[in-house]
Amino acid sequence: MHEMGIALEIINIATTSIPPDMRSARVERVNLKIGKLSAVVPDSLRFCFDIVSKDTPLAGAELAIEETPVVARCKDCDARWSIAEPVFTCKACNSGALEILSGRELDIVSIEIAEEGGSETGGE
Amino acid sequence: MKPVENKKPTREIKVVRRVLAVNERMAEQNRRRFAEKGVFVINVMSSPGSGKTTTLQKTLGRLMPEVRAAVIVGDVSTTHDADRLAVTGAPVVQVNTDAFGGDCHLAAHVIEKAADDIDLDAIELLIVENVGNLVCPAEFDIGEDARVVVLSVTEGEDKPVKYPTMFRTCDAAILNKIDLLPHLDYDKDQAIAYIRQVNPAMPIFEISARTGAGMDAWIEWLKAKVSSKLNARR
Repeated sequence: MHEMGIALEIINIATTSIPPDMRSARVERVNLKIGKLSAVVPDSLRFCFDIVSKDTPLAGAELAIEETPVVARCKDCDARWSIAEPVFTCKACNSGALEILSGRELDIVSIEIAEEGGSETGGE
Repeated sequence: MKPVENKKPTREIKVVRRVLAVNERMAEQNRRRFAEKGVFVINVMSSPGSGKTTTLQKTLGRLMPEVRAAVIVGDVSTTHDADRLAVTGAPVVQVNTDAFGGDCHLAAHVIEKAADDIDLDAIELLIVENVGNLVCPAEFDIGEDARVVVLSVTEGEDKPVKYPTMFRTCDAAILNKIDLLPHLDYDKDQAIAYIRQVNPAMPIFEISARTGAGMDAWIEWLKAKVSSKLNARR
């Protein structure tokens, strides 16, 4: 529901990550990692991003979203598994003492910037 | 997506930043500020209509004046909740979230600003009544010490499994409106089983804010938390 704010923050982080010598460059792609337990809906995020990225170096950029599974570790028996349903007890020993190793990410991994003048195909 | 061979030549620049890092930093700043003052902060969340405000009204009535408390209330656009809570005599700061560009949750910078209007030396407990929503508030650390989720027996039993992040990240659950159980088909045991499934160790307080039933255990839990925070400072 707060995808608009997330999109703005992505643009903010991505824009400040463009190296100083490439300031006029266009960002082609933003690689994101979004956990299944985060409250972000990828399609809503893309929709908001397309709107708020207009007139920024990210206009038209693709959001490449890697959705990370919810992976848990049992603190009692050290079992590790991927949680598909909202059941947070250990599959092996039924313990409730779990550590969530992944699934809550909302990270920008990298940005990809068009190489200036390096392209023989040229332009769009 | 386009096939790889048509990809334009690009230069990849590693970023590796958490999108919510700004909020997380601000939350840590809030947490330090509250710890210095020995103020225990609870973040109270629920869906709309679970009885959050009534529960807090009754909670304040039981705590004060022994425990000095203040409240920050997030509401999309009215002051109704703040007006109801102000009756208890606790200082209340109303935050209308639409002024901050988001109406689905309270973010750490909103709490930082709202706390400026509260005399932190004069309180031991700060209650944050978050926006009624079981999704977004779970994602935003505000610098709280504990998270409490309120659900009521007039909602679906399966709320905990529909909103696992919320129930997973909370430290206690309040099951409200138990006085209505005789009139409903609500399967309370199933609801509790669902909470346990998501968060096996979390204390669950079955209460009726309206009649006061079950309030004692909740008040004791909260008082114990408040005093341990105060003692940690001394």
